Amino acid sequence: MIWLTWRQFRTQAVVVAAGLSAFAILLLVTGPHLVTLYRDSALASCHSSCGTQADDFLTTVNSVAPYHLVYLLGALLIILLPAVIGLFWGAPLIARELESGTFRLAWNQSVTRERWLAVKLGVVGLASMAAAGLLSLILGWWASPIDQAATIQPVGGFENRFFPVVFGTRGIAPIGYAAFAFVLGVLVGLMIRRTIPAMGVTLAVIAAVQIVFPLWIRPHLITPVRNVSTVTVGNIQGLGVNPGNQQIQNVMVAAPGVPGTWIISNQVTTASGSTSLGTVPQACQGPLASGPQACFSALAQKNLKSVVTYEPPDRYWTFQWLELGIFLTVAVLLAWGCFWWVRRRLS
Amino acid sequence: MTALHTSGLGKRYRRRWALSDCTLQIPEGRVAGLVGPNGAGKTTLLQLAVGLLAPTTGAITVLGGEPAGGPDQLAKVGFVAQDTPVYAGLSVADHLRLGAHLNPGWDDSYAQHRIDRLRFDPAQRAGKLSGGQRAQLALTLAIAKRPRLLILDEPVASLDPLARREFLQDLMEAVADQEISVILSSHLVADLERVCDYLVVLAASRVQIAGDVDALLASHHRLIGARRDEASLPGDQQVIHARHTDRQSTLIVHSRHPILDPAWTVEQLSLEDLVLAYMSQAADAAPGRRPVLEVQR
Repeated sequence: MIWLTWRQFRTQAVVVAAGLSAFAILLLVTGPHLVTLYRDSALASCHSSCGTQADDFLTTVNSVAPYHLVYLLGALLIILLPAVIGLFWGAPLIARELESGTFRLAWNQSVTRERWLAVKLGVVGLASMAAAGLLSLILGWWASPIDQAATIQPVGGFENRFFPVVFGTRGIAPIGYAAFAFVLGVLVGLMIRRTIPAMGVTLAVIAAVQIVFPLWIRPHLITPVRNVSTVTVGNIQGLGVNPGNQQIQNVMVAAPGVPGTWIISNQVTTASGSTSLGTVPQACQGPLASGPQACFSALAQKNLKSVVTYEPPDRYWTFQWLELGIFLTVAVLLAWGCFWWVRRRLS
Repeated sequence: MTALHTSGLGKRYRRRWALSDCTLQIPEGRVAGLVGPNGAGKTTLLQLAVGLLAPTTGAITVLGGEPAGGPDQLAKVGFVAQDTPVYAGLSVADHLRLGAHLNPGWDDSYAQHRIDRLRFDPAQRAGKLSGGQRAQLALTLAIAKRPRLLILDEPVASLDPLARREFLQDLMEAVADQEISVILSSHLVADLERVCDYLVVLAASRVQIAGDVDALLASHHRLIGARRDEASLPGDQQVIHARHTDRQSTLIVHSRHPILDPAWTVEQLSLEDLVLAYMSQAADAAPGRRPVLEVQR
């Protein structure tokens, strides 16, 4: 059964493996240079308040080689990998057998269809997880100097690893996404029984999950820390004004906390908690000839509050494990659905 | 031991009954033909027998076991599905390897020998084979797993007359060599006439008649004589089909006893006549009043 599974899977396996290998070679070739750049930068020897050094390092990275492009390409690949796996490994796995009638041949060999399904899910599922795990490992190694700098100072298009988009491209979470996407494709293929429509539905569901999960589910996995502080002259960074009615639209305040924090919301309210902050103070109108200080003092006197919710950086791996656990659990449930469907619905 | 045993078997797809109230007992060691028009329920019955479908009502056992009930049951039954599906992307040799990996009783020398004899190129992709070659490949897979019962669903439907004859001849040789029971379906009596010694007529989703071919032929007669009312026949003569002209009546009757009435000219029926008589009877019968007749040896 393992032989048959491999024989039927090898073309798709080779195509994906070739694509990933080509990219992995690019990373392996350029990685050492990136490490050298880091070692030679001031950031390597800096121990506290290293914002400037991190900024300098990231600027260097952007200037010496198209590493920003490689960085983005890596993120794109690992974000697209679950979709590729779900579409080309998952959806056709059984849909094609149902479509061409070959399941009648397969299910009349001396192997029960449960075992047939178990081996297929097992072999291709493990291959999916291995592909995602290896890509994440190599990409994480390559980008580690950049991630380190971006954690201190997220500039130049680089973000810290807790930032929602980057989070899903590092660590162990991608393994969970791959397993989920694969089994989802298999189940959709089983239910729809035709390859192309199954691929379409699989793609739509994976894309929806990739958008919904980081935006609306991940922030609630662990209740974020809520930090309320007074807006002072010291922490005001800017002011947004609605030019129509001269109302304050928002006040930008420096987010508190240590580097590598995931800021979920950062809002300024009045002392009573209202988000309408009133009219713009006189000191902030017209050309600010004497600099912004007078304006900021006037704002500080309004007794505004800054409310920040965030996940501290030491929760990063808890979140990674949680995400892996959730997606693997869903994958197992979907696999159970595949067995149920093969046993009941197809006969 | 019976090859196929069903009682009150029925299968419903949404609102339509594809097979209803099917009670059958096909003994082992026979080549049984399942004949009936398209849509009569042949494929449904055979798919129930290999466990590709689950019955809506009634029970079915194959060689005493539940269809597809486990690896042992699967090993006992070989199946060639309608349109003989094979993996288009796999070569002929890959198919034999598939059979060897998936069947503990696989007879590799038989499979190789058969592929050689059919002059197959082992490296050829199955998708490029002709319809007849595909059917032969599927049959090779089904026989080389050494089943006790071979079930074939319309194996020759897509073949030309020559390939049809070759396939059936080949099947019969294999069956004679290996002493396996066979159930095969066709919508053409001519296909089955040459090879079957047991017959099941299926029409309008019901079994019309089932029995040993010789016994069926011996117990059915065509009576030709002066026009006469069917009701005046003796009680042991059951009319299957009747045709009347102004002067003459032609009846096809079932009777266990010889027809002694000198008023009739008695003729022997061909298998085709017999099947057609039952099919037209099924077509004529009002819904809910379809006589089911069993002939057992």
